[in-house]
Amino acid sequence: MAAKTVTEERNIYYIEAMREGLRAMLGEDENVVVIGEDVGRSVIGATRGLVEDFGPMRVRNTPISEATFVGMCVGAAAVGLRPVVDLMVGSFFYVAMDQLADQAAKLRYMSGGQVNLPIVYFTATGPSGSAAAQHSENPHPMLMNVAGLKIVMPSTPYDAKGLMVSAIRDDNPVVYLQDFVLGGVRGPVPEGTYSIPLGVGDIKRAGKDVTVVAIGAAVPKALRVANKLEAEGISVEVVDPRTLVPLDMDLILESVARTGRLVVVDNARLTCSAASEIVASVSEKGFDLLKAAPQRVAWENVPVPFSPPLEERALISDSDIDSAIRMTLA
Amino acid sequence: MTKTSAFDHLSQDDAIGMLRNMIRIRRFEEKLTVLFKRGKLPGFVHLYTGEEAIAVGACSALRTDDRITSTHRGHGHLIAKGARVDRMMAELFGRVDGYCRGKGGSMHIVSFDLSIIGTNGIVGGGIPIGTGSAWADRHLGRDNVTIVFFGDGASNQGVFFESMNIASVWGLPVIFVCENNGYTEWTPTSELTAGNIVDRAAPMGIPGESVDGNDVVAMRFAVERAVERARKGEGPTLIEAKSYRWNGHNEGEEAFAGAYRPEAEQAEWRERDPIVAFGERLVESEWLTREEWAAIDSDEQAQVDAAVEFAENSPFPDAEEALDHLFAPSKESA
Ligand SMILES: Cc1ncc(C[n+]2csc(CCOP(=O)(O)OP(=O)(O)O)c2C)c(N)n1
Ligand SMILES: [Mg+2]
Repeated sequence: MAAKTVTEERNIYYIEAMREGLRAMLGEDENVVVIGEDVGRSVIGATRGLVEDFGPMRVRNTPISEATFVGMCVGAAAVGLRPVVDLMVGSFFYVAMDQLADQAAKLRYMSGGQVNLPIVYFTATGPSGSAAAQHSENPHPMLMNVAGLKIVMPSTPYDAKGLMVSAIRDDNPVVYLQDFVLGGVRGPVPEGTYSIPLGVGDIKRAGKDVTVVAIGAAVPKALRVANKLEAEGISVEVVDPRTLVPLDMDLILESVARTGRLVVVDNARLTCSAASEIVASVSEKGFDLLKAAPQRVAWENVPVPFSPPLEERALISDSDIDSAIRMTLA
Repeated sequence: MTKTSAFDHLSQDDAIGMLRNMIRIRRFEEKLTVLFKRGKLPGFVHLYTGEEAIAVGACSALRTDDRITSTHRGHGHLIAKGARVDRMMAELFGRVDGYCRGKGGSMHIVSFDLSIIGTNGIVGGGIPIGTGSAWADRHLGRDNVTIVFFGDGASNQGVFFESMNIASVWGLPVIFVCENNGYTEWTPTSELTAGNIVDRAAPMGIPGESVDGNDVVAMRFAVERAVERARKGEGPTLIEAKSYRWNGHNEGEEAFAGAYRPEAEQAEWRERDPIVAFGERLVESEWLTREEWAAIDSDEQAQVDAAVEFAENSPFPDAEEALDHLFAPSKESA
C-alpha cells in the first residue's frame, strides 16, 4: 500500500479514529499491549480487528476481573510494558477503584518518583440513551480529585486519534474517556500518525460575547446552541479543554478576558463536577474579568434514570445551555 | 570438603546468610518498638517479629532480579530482598535519605532497584500488581518470577481469587505467599476465614502447599519448588506459611486492643522462635559456633544502631518536595 501523507484527511468515525491511534501505537512500540474483556471482538468497537493484526498476546482478552487487571497494569508498567486497557463502560472504573486510585495513581508519588507507569485506561462512558444508572456514568469529576491520573476527554474524531497517541506515549497513567454518543460522529482525520499534547485546550468556535467551556459530548451541544444564537447576534466562543488533568486554565482565562462571561457545560453530575472546578478557578484567578456571575450547566444530582422523559429531565439539554448563556448576558 | 547435612543442597554460606538476615530483621523491628514508645517515629508501624523465617526463606530462593510485592507488615520482606537498614530507617523517620525520600513511610517503602515493586497499605492491594509484573515478564520473554506476599486477612479479598484465576489461565510466573499469622488485626483468622487458605488453590487448578512458616529451610525449599515451576512456564503456586506475630497488630495497640490473644498461645509461639531454632540446627551441624552466632548478632545490632544515627542525621526533605514526583515529565513527541 502506498504511503499517504500526514495531511491527507478523510471523514471517519470517532471510534475509528481511536482505533487508528491504537493501531499506530501497537505498530510503533512492541511493548504496547491492549487488554480488556472481549477486546478481540470489541463491543464498542475501538479495538475491533486489532487482534487479527497483532495477535492474541498483544490484544488480549481478560476475565471479568476489573480490579485485578487494572492493578496488573501497574505491576506490568513498572517492569516495562505499556498496557492499554479497554474498560468498556465508565461505571466499571468503580469496580477497580482501589487499583486505580490507590495504586496506579499513587505508586510513583509514594515511591519518591522511582518509577514511571505508562498505562492508558480507556472506556466508553456517559449517557447513551436509556442505558440506565449503571451504564451512563461519567467518572471524570471523581477521578480529577484523585491526583496522579491524567484525564483525557476528546470531543472530535481528530482529537480522539491525536490524544490516543499522546496518551499511550505518555509515561503516566492516563484515563481516556470516550463519551458514548460521540463514537458514531464523523469528522476529518489525517491518515498519518500525529499527537495532541495533553494539557492543551482548543477553541472550537471563536466568539466575543460569552465563553462556553464544554467538555466531551457537551461540545457538539454547545456548538449547536452557539450557531443558533449567532442569528440573534450573540457571539459565543466554545472552548474545549480536551484534557481535564492537566487542565489548560490559561486558554480558558484568555477567552474569559476577551468575553467577560463564562458558562461551563459538563456532561456529569453538578456537585464537584469539572464545571464546578473551572468556575471556581476562574472566579479566583479572573474575578476582575467577569461581567456577570459564571454559570454551570450539568446533570441533576441523581443517578441517570432509564425512562426517556426522566433521563431527559436529569441530563443537560440545549435549552439549559441556551438559558445559561442568556443569564450571563442579562 | 563435603559435609552431609540436614539442609540438602543448601550451602553453608547460604544458611549463615539466612540466619544473619533473620537476625537483622529481628533487631530492626525490636529497635522500632523502642523508637515508637519514645515517640520518635511519625505515624504507626506493623512489626514482623516472629515471622522472619517466611520472608528470609522465600527471598533466599530468588535471584536479585526476581520481584516481590509486600504488605503493611513489610519491613521483613524488604530486608530479606536486600534493602539497607539505614535507608529504611531514614524512610521511617520521614527523611530525605529514605528509599522514597520520606514520601512513603513504613507501609510504602520500595526500592525498584531491588525489584521490590510495591509495598501496600491496602490489604490485598499488592496481589494484582505482582500478578501484573509476572505477566509483563512472561510477555517480554524474561524468566523472572514474582512473589506476592499477603496475610491471611488479605486472602478474603476478591483480588486474591481474581489474581489466582488469571494467573492460572495465563500461566503466570507468580508465587502467592500467604502469611497466616493467625490474626486479622485483632480477630482470630478462624472466625473470618472459611476452610484452609491453602485449599483455595485447588479450584483454580494450581498447586497449593502448606508450610511451617517458622522453619526457614522448609520455606526456602517450598519456594524453590514454586520458582522452578514458574521459571519453566508451569504457572503459579499458592503457599500458605503458618506463623505468628509476636508483637501487636500495630505498635501501641495496647491502648485499645485489650487482651485478645491467650498468654499461653503467645508463650508457645515464642518457644518456637524461628531464629533460635535455625541457629541451633546450624550449631548442631557444626556449620556455626555459638561464638560466631553471637558475633553475627552483635554485628547486626550495631548496624541497626548505626541506621538510627544515619536516620537522625538525615535532613527532612525540603517542604516543596510535597509537590514533586506526581507525574513523570512528559517527553512530548509530535
Ligand atoms: C483494604 C483494607 N482494609 C482494611 C485495612 C485495615 N487493616 C490493616 S492491616 C489489617 C489486617 C490484615 O490482616 P492480615 O492480612 O492477616 O495481615 P497481618 O496484619 O496479620 O500481617 C487490616 C484490616 C486496610 N489497611 N486495607
Ligand atoms: Mg494475619
